[in-house]
Amino acid sequence: MKAPRIPRVLLVEDEPGDTRLMQLAMKNSGFQLELHCVGDGHEAIEYLTRLGQMSQNTAHPDLILLDLKMPGQSGLETLRAIKQMDNLRVIPVVVVTTSGLEADVVAAYRLGAAGYVAKPADLNEFMEAMRLLGTYWFRLVRLPDRTE
Amino acid sequence: MKTESQPFVILLAEDEPADAHLVRVAFSASRLLVDLHHVVDGREALEFLRRQGARFADALRPNLILLDLNMPRLDGRECLTAIKQDEALRDIPVVILTTSEVERDVVASYNLGAAGYVTKPMDIQQFITIIHQLGDYWINLVRLPQPT
Repeated sequence: MKAPRIPRVLLVEDEPGDTRLMQLAMKNSGFQLELHCVGDGHEAIEYLTRLGQMSQNTAHPDLILLDLKMPGQSGLETLRAIKQMDNLRVIPVVVVTTSGLEADVVAAYRLGAAGYVAKPADLNEFMEAMRLLGTYWFRLVRLPDRTE
Repeated sequence: MKTESQPFVILLAEDEPADAHLVRVAFSASRLLVDLHHVVDGREALEFLRRQGARFADALRPNLILLDLNMPRLDGRECLTAIKQDEALRDIPVVILTTSEVERDVVASYNLGAAGYVTKPMDIQQFITIIHQLGDYWINLVRLPQPT
């Protein structure tokens, strides 16, 4: 049985405009989320590990949405770091990026990404993309319980 | 960038004939252009993926793997482990499709690199819905490595 709960999502994205757009898209599609935003890979790791140390039970995100092109630590490095940590590896990471490079796609899956979404430039297409993404992760699949 | 005209190749590893039939029926009903291949346990799945034996000599590389957990000979967990440890296969996303509701199985699957965990519904209508949602995400939304 799926316990009803509000999914917690960590968005790693350096463009504030894109962050706002994501919030809007999720709300528009009727997904109730607890969305936390950080601006780069270092902040993401900091956020994730501090939570882990402070308390085992106050919860990691259920899902991580990761941009690839960010200042400092790149998205792929961040993905690798997350998947190398025993207590974080369980969290699915979906790449959401403007990069359409095949090398990035292959690298992301090899590092353990659970999806690679090329951000559509068109607003309506972006909204639809986020609806499909939300339907899969928040309606269809079962995610690990946050508190075990 | 997606090659819309080529069928999307799915490998289904499922030991229960009735469930495999349901998946096939649901994909037909969805009208997604899917080339579904079915094997009955984890060992066969690996043989298919590695093109071992005369039967699988011409096997296609799947875009997506749907993997049952409880199967004879080699179960889903072991099969998933082997896929993710195989350099040539690890970039293929694997979605668990199972009747198991056990939290331990959910956590283990994500830790081993599953890109989703879907519990099999009881009736055909729900089956069609979940296959639709799976297709929306993996076929219509995300970008996958191009076949080489």
